[in-house]
This record gives sequence, C-alpha cells and structure tokens, in this order.
Amino acid sequence: MSVAEPIVLIDNVVKEFGPLRVLDGVGFEVAPGQTVAIVGRSGSGKSTLLRCIAGLETVQAGRITVCGHEVGLPGSAARAQLRRDVGMVFQSYNLFPHLTVERNITLALTLVKKQPKEDARRRAAEVLGMVGLTDKLLAYPEQLSGGQQQRVAIARSLALQPQVMLFDEVTSALDPELTAEVLGVMEGLAHRGMTMLSVTHEMGFARRVADLVVFMHKGKVWEIGPTAELFANPKTAEFQQFVGSEL
Amino acid sequence: MIKLSATHLLYLVEAARWTILLSLLAFVGGSILGLPLAVMRVAKSRLVRVLATAYIQLIQGTPLLIVLFLSYFGLGILGYKLIPLVAAGLALTLYSAAFLGEIWRGCIEAVPKTQWEASDILGLNRFQQYAYVVLPQALRIAIPPTVGFMVQIVKNTSLASVIGFVELSRAGQIVNNSTFEPFVIFACVGAIYFVLCYPLSLAARTLEKRVHVGR
Amino acid sequence: MSYKFDFAFLTERWPDFVAGAWLTIQLTVLSIAFGFAVGTVCALARVYGGPLLRRVTGAYVETIRNTPLLIQIFIVYFGLSSLGLKLSAEVSAVIALTVNMGAYTTEIMRAGIQSIQRTQLEAADCLGLTRLQTILHVVLLPAMERVYPSLASQGVLLMLASSITSQISAEELTATANLVQSDTYRSFEVYIVVAIVYLALSALYRLAFWAIGLVLFERRRRLGTAL
Repeated sequence: MSVAEPIVLIDNVVKEFGPLRVLDGVGFEVAPGQTVAIVGRSGSGKSTLLRCIAGLETVQAGRITVCGHEVGLPGSAARAQLRRDVGMVFQSYNLFPHLTVERNITLALTLVKKQPKEDARRRAAEVLGMVGLTDKLLAYPEQLSGGQQQRVAIARSLALQPQVMLFDEVTSALDPELTAEVLGVMEGLAHRGMTMLSVTHEMGFARRVADLVVFMHKGKVWEIGPTAELFANPKTAEFQQFVGSEL
Repeated sequence: MIKLSATHLLYLVEAARWTILLSLLAFVGGSILGLPLAVMRVAKSRLVRVLATAYIQLIQGTPLLIVLFLSYFGLGILGYKLIPLVAAGLALTLYSAAFLGEIWRGCIEAVPKTQWEASDILGLNRFQQYAYVVLPQALRIAIPPTVGFMVQIVKNTSLASVIGFVELSRAGQIVNNSTFEPFVIFACVGAIYFVLCYPLSLAARTLEKRVHVGR
Repeated sequence: MSYKFDFAFLTERWPDFVAGAWLTIQLTVLSIAFGFAVGTVCALARVYGGPLLRRVTGAYVETIRNTPLLIQIFIVYFGLSSLGLKLSAEVSAVIALTVNMGAYTTEIMRAGIQSIQRTQLEAADCLGLTRLQTILHVVLLPAMERVYPSLASQGVLLMLASSITSQISAEELTATANLVQSDTYRSFEVYIVVAIVYLALSALYRLAFWAIGLVLFERRRRLGTAL
C-alpha cells in the first residue's frame, strides 16, 4: 500500500544475533494515525522489529525512519530526537519499583523535558485520567494489579507526547479481564489518532482496532494488508494456519 | 642502616609459618566452639537461643583487638604465664566461633523444614536428625562461606603482632626496624598475605558457583 | 583467684575515653562516607565499565580484601612517609579505612547493581533518560536498598576495625585505652570498659544506619516491603 507521507518507514531491515538471522529484509510503511497490529508466532521476529524501531537494537542492514529521522544514527542528539518521536510500552511494564506512580510519570518530564515540577505533576494527573487511574497517583507499583501497572506504563509513555507508540505484547502477562482494561485504553488511543504499532496475540483486538495487519514469519513480512481484507482472504497457508490456531 | 636482603625475605617467609599455624589453631578452635553455637542459635529452648545470640552479639560488637587484649591480660589475671601464642589463639578462637556460628546457623536454617518433619515422622531423635539428615545437607552449603571466612581468619592473625607474637606482621615490623624501608617491606608482607588468602578467596567463589549449579 | 577488680581510674580518666570515642566516630564516619563513594563508583565501573576499567577495579578489590588492614595502614602511614609523603596518623587512618571500606563496598554494591534488571535500563532509555540520569534515578537507589543490610554491617565492621589504627597512634578509643592501661596498670578493667564503649558504638551505628535507611527508602518506609 502506498501512503503519501509515511510516519514510520521500514526498509529492508536485517538483524542478526550471531549466526541467527532474526529479521530478514523486513519493510513496510505506516501512515500517521494508523494502528498497526504485528502478529506472528513466537520467534517470528516481531518483537525484535519493534525493539529495532525503538532503537534498543542496532540493525545490520536496511533503514528505519520515524518522523523523517533515521533510527540508529550515532550521537546523543539523534538519540534524543528518537525519544521525542517514539514511546514504548513493554510486556513486563518496567515501572520503576522505588518510585510512586506520579514520580514514574514525572521523572522523564522533569529530567528530559526539563519541565517545572508543577507542570509535570499536572501532566501526570492528566495522563492518569486518560487511563482511568487518577486515584493511584501516590501509590507504588507493587500496590497495583498487573493491568493497572500496564496502564500506568502507557500513561508514563503518553505523558512525553510521542508521535508514535510501540506496544510489545503488553497484555501477554495479564489475566483476560485485566487484558481487557489495557486493550480498552489502547483502543481509546487509536480513536484519538495516535500512531501505534502493536505486537500482539490478541486477534480480537487486531480485527477490531487495527487499520493494518502485518503477519511475520521466519523474520520476513509474510503477509500485510488492511485488516478486514487480510483476515477475509489470507493468501498464504501459514497465515491461514496461524489465524486458525489463534482463534 | 642495613640493606634489605634475601635473608630478610626468608625471615618473613619463615614467620608466615606462624601465621599459618595460628590460623589453623583459630579455625579448629572456632569450629569446635562454633558448631554448638550454631545449633544453640536454632534450639527449641528460648534461653539457649538467647545465650548463644548474646555471645555472638558480644563478640561481633567488640573489636577483635580488644578481645585480644582481654584474652592476653585476662589469662594473666588467672595466673597463667603470658604466652602470646596462647592468648592470640584463644582470642581468635572466641572470635571465629562467633562468626562461624552465625554462618552455620544460616546454613542449618537453609535446610527445608520438611526435612525435619520427615525425619521426625521416621522417629529419629533430635541428635539423629542433626547427625544424619540436617548437618550433612547444611554442610554442602556451608563450605563456600566457611572457606571465605578462613580469609578473614588469616588476615586477622596479623593482630597477634600487637601482643608481641612474632608472626608475619610482627616479623615485618622487626625487619623494618633494622632496615627502615617500610614501603617495600610491608608491600612484601602484604604480598605474602595475598598469596595465602587469594587461593582461599578463589576457592570460596568457585565452590559457591558449584553449590548454586548443583541446586 | 584473688584478683580484685578496680575501676577507680574511671573517675579521673573518663574524659579521655570520651575523647577517644569521639575521634573513633569522626574517623569512621568519614571513612564510611568516603568509602561508600569510592565503592559505588568502582562498582559502577565494574559493572558498566570497559575491560580495562573492570580489570583495574577488580585488582583493587582483590588486593584489599586479601591483605590485612593492619598492613594497609602501615603502608599508608610508614610506607608513604618513607616515600616523602608525610601524613598525620589521623589522615593516614582515614585514607586506609576509606580504601578498605571502598573495596568491600564495591563488591556489595556490584551485587546490588547487577540485581537491577536490564529491562529497567531499557525503560529508562525509552523515556529518553541519559546514561547518567538512569544510573542516578533508576539504578543506584534500588540497588542500594537491596544490599543495604550488608552495607550497614560493613559499616559497623569498619568502625570496629578502626581500633587497629591505634597501632599508628591515632589517638582514638583503643589508643586511649592503651595509654590509660600503661598509666594505671589496670589493663583488664580498662579493656572491659572500652569493650563496653565499642558495644555501645556498634548499637549506635546500627541505629544510625536504620534511621538513614528510613530516610533514603521512602517506599519501604511507607509500605514496609522489600524490593
């Protein structure tokens, strides 16, 4: 598919861990405001792709561009730019256990964005409102359920106003009912026009919310297309099988 | 001023034998006293536990140097002739017992409670439980930290020099008094201690890894 | 046994013991603080540093941990002065105790830093924190909290070990005792008194570490749980 101004551009990316080729020439584009579901079996390279976009891994070949800035360029300025553009939420939440919910959110606002404490606090309350956790401002992560922790993690990332948000299997560690509350928050973000790339096992979420589905297999983009279209006529046996097994 | 010579170095190495002897004395003495202490620390009787704890707290809250002085002058009061080796041996024994007792208590407590229960069901008495079930298992975990503590013992024998026992450190001071090259001499003394201690440190670390792998 | 205990020397000499104890406190509080700083920096170097830095800090730790404090003190005091660097007994004591505390702190803090999961660093990275900010705000405090009991014990051990500085005649508590006993010939009694003072100091230091822990670890203070 061709979009006029892609916000995320992935071009022929190759990533190897030693002799293992995890990403083997991956490429696609994401338009602003699109929600992309990246699906596939474990070991298909989907999480690695997300980590490459976030700059947590360096690629051996190919190019990733976010908001017109190439990912992985050396230097702290390029790094800072990437962090302004891209937010990431992890499977294991990765909240800072020694800090309150509020401080988890204001940490980067004060240290990185150099906001005054008061502004940062206001912003924390605002984003916590967006994920429905206003009352947990002064709690510590350990006092929250997994779903609540993940919503705080989303709020923490959201507070920095990234252009693109990456979600790496954010509900895999959660019970079904907790999964629902996190997916609800993500759905809200999608409706508000946030550009999102989500590695997920939740096919229901993918069908309902995603504009674009990327099916990865053996380190390649095996199938890609608008959600309804793709699920209606899977072209490859592997995707058929995958959709069948996930239901 | 006499130049530092090979004779001096030989003198140091020979004195190191006394360091080793004193270390062994302290370790053996400390073990003999430390094991009952460890068992007392986990005893059923509260009084016994308190007594053992008090002893350990007392020793661990007092500098070894002070324990050494107390042992040295205390033996004098009791009418014994002041033999530095005996006084130092006694002080290091009292000191090692407290620390070994505490280390071994941890190892005994690391043996799962179910082992006690299982052997209880089989009708073993308290002594048999220790001898056949608990201590053999505790021993496995106890070896690495015990070897590690031997490093502390070897280093702490240096304090015996203060009451005039001629071991390695005292020998270093004696050589220094005639040659006055403290930097070189004490570096040599330090090196000899290092040669004695480092293998123990390495062994403790290797053994610890093995225990973790084996679990 | 017909020995008569006599603590009469206390009426006249107690100010000496107070002065000695005060110097012991001064020497060891400084050494613990400096040693903690040295150890923390070395621990960071040992975990995050390059191969050379790791080897240098490793050598430092092993050298100090496998040689007696007495010899370390002699090298600083007698050794350095023979090389032309004349230091007072007190300064030498603080240097030697700092170097000693630093080595043990390195090992303790290293374990703490290594217990911080890599994902915490990644999360901080994704929020745009610099390496230094990550270490200061995300790594050090939780790392310290995890090993705090060991750090506190090491602090108490150092305070007790500072008695060895009496051997270079730093006029701290043990040196005071040596002086009083040679004046009064009541050796046993003098060392009993000093032992009691050290026991009190041990308790005081434990209390101080506990209080510092309360101030440092707000989360633990509020929830009472370990990380």
